[in-house]
Amino acid sequence: MDDAERDALESFAHRVRRHVIGMSAGGGCFLGASLSCADVVTYLYRRFLRFDPTHPSDPARDIMILSKGHDVPALYGTFVELGMLDESRLKNHLSPSDHIYWHPNRAIPGIEFHSGSLGHCLSVAMGIAYDVRLRGDDNRVVVLLGDGELNEGSVWEALLVASAYKLDNLVVVVDRNGFQANVRTEELIPLEPLAAKFEAFGCAATTVAGHDFDDLDRGFEQMPITAGKPSVVIAKTIRGKGVAQLEGRADRWFCRFSDTEVAALLDELESGVETQIDAEVLVVR
Amino acid sequence: MTATATYADTLLALARADERLIVMTAENRAPIRSLPAALGDRFLDTGITEQTMVGMAAGLALRGRIPVVHALATFLTMRAFEFIRTDVGIPALPVKLVGTVPGILSEANGPTHQSLEDIALMRGIPNVNVFCPADVGDLIAGLEVVVNDPSPWYIRYCDRPAVTQHAPLEIGTAEVFAATEEDDVAIIVAGALFREVWDAAALLRNDGLRVRIVNLRTVKPADEAAILDAAKAALAVVTIEDHFETGGVWSIVADVIARASISTQTLSISCGDSWFAPALLPDALHTAGFTAEAIAARISTELSTLTSF
Repeated sequence: MDDAERDALESFAHRVRRHVIGMSAGGGCFLGASLSCADVVTYLYRRFLRFDPTHPSDPARDIMILSKGHDVPALYGTFVELGMLDESRLKNHLSPSDHIYWHPNRAIPGIEFHSGSLGHCLSVAMGIAYDVRLRGDDNRVVVLLGDGELNEGSVWEALLVASAYKLDNLVVVVDRNGFQANVRTEELIPLEPLAAKFEAFGCAATTVAGHDFDDLDRGFEQMPITAGKPSVVIAKTIRGKGVAQLEGRADRWFCRFSDTEVAALLDELESGVETQIDAEVLVVR
Repeated sequence: MTATATYADTLLALARADERLIVMTAENRAPIRSLPAALGDRFLDTGITEQTMVGMAAGLALRGRIPVVHALATFLTMRAFEFIRTDVGIPALPVKLVGTVPGILSEANGPTHQSLEDIALMRGIPNVNVFCPADVGDLIAGLEVVVNDPSPWYIRYCDRPAVTQHAPLEIGTAEVFAATEEDDVAIIVAGALFREVWDAAALLRNDGLRVRIVNLRTVKPADEAAILDAAKAALAVVTIEDHFETGGVWSIVADVIARASISTQTLSISCGDSWFAPALLPDALHTAGFTAEAIAARISTELSTLTSF
């Protein structure tokens, strides 16, 4: 990747983060998880997926499903930047008159499947991948999981089946931000050694720095990683990435900020200079 | 369909006629043992993974396929319940969920295998319809219609031998036998106990009673007109089901009758609020009070309007 390409990706992800932070106003959103995956989602749509934003239903497209649906602000921010979603609709966040709420709804063009209940979309993605193979097509199916989501037994059950059927058109991406809803993963249900777990379940796994586009390039360079195996990319990320006072904090998962606070956070995102927010900081669900 | 047609043959014929059909199982192959070789990659056994199977079925249906999935009724409807509700029900995908050895047909397996709440669970999910065939003939008579309907369906599999010829299925239309304008009793049934009801009705008719049988077939959508007609024409309405009393045929019929503000005498014959004693089918039917003789006896002794005749 040359400097111009990297700059373009960073600038794109920055704008996605602006949209995400904006959605934490009013009723709030799952801010920490949305910011952690903003670079990964940017990377997927701008550089990995064969996806034409002007034809989001193109049968030849690669399919991307957000299994940890609560980080949908990152996806909506991406859709705005891709020109698929009018920016003004983000103001409808949580309005009953639109379909933009805390989890994805298929009524929004580009949303391949609704999610919200963790541990479901890997198997849904596998059904899609199986159909792609039956048709002899080459679409790739990407499913983004949270690391907390890996507590769900259905994820591991599905991996057994994905491996048995050698679904190597399936790419599992883990937003490894190190947090469950309320606490660090390693303090509650430790996941490490995570790559080894995926390998033991018959996948080919690689670990990348999830905020580094060059490293993401390296991780996604060759898909499938190993022919005949599902691919897993563990993207090491930081909860709340981009705003220092949100980063790596257990109490910044679901956040609800006033318009003034949102403005301060956006300032901080731009300047990198930490602002002070003295209002109530968290609403953990 | 010939009298000798089997479920597997019928499903295979449907699959051969329509490339969209995918036959899936969570390693419960008994009713479809002949299909893997015939269908190749369109037969998908996910192993003992009801949740993964249903999730995959949703993904396949998103791509335009019609997955017909098989698992034991208890594990399909309960282990995978949330996958059915969330991944099939919410988007109303055309997944066909076939629950095998449901209810009394689980015989000697014990309570773990007794799906006595499957009808309640499945009909409680918006968009999901429910077909309870009376026997193998009824199952075959309805399969094509249910598979080709665009809705998700739960099929409460029943392969008991047929006691009568069944008409082609019309969704939401019951099969009504021996109806007159003034019946003594109308027996409303869905599923495997149809055979016992058929014989119980014959016993009651030997005693001079006019007995109507309503085979609901699809309990969702249920044939409300047939239920109301039975409630108006008969002195008493009896529901029979190998299901807990809550949420099944009794609940459906009681709802319909109450909503129409009809007053009639009723009797519910069901598993009540308990599991039945595990045993081979004849013994299980006997101890559960589901033999034709037991059904006929309860109807004639418990319905005062009948005994007053």
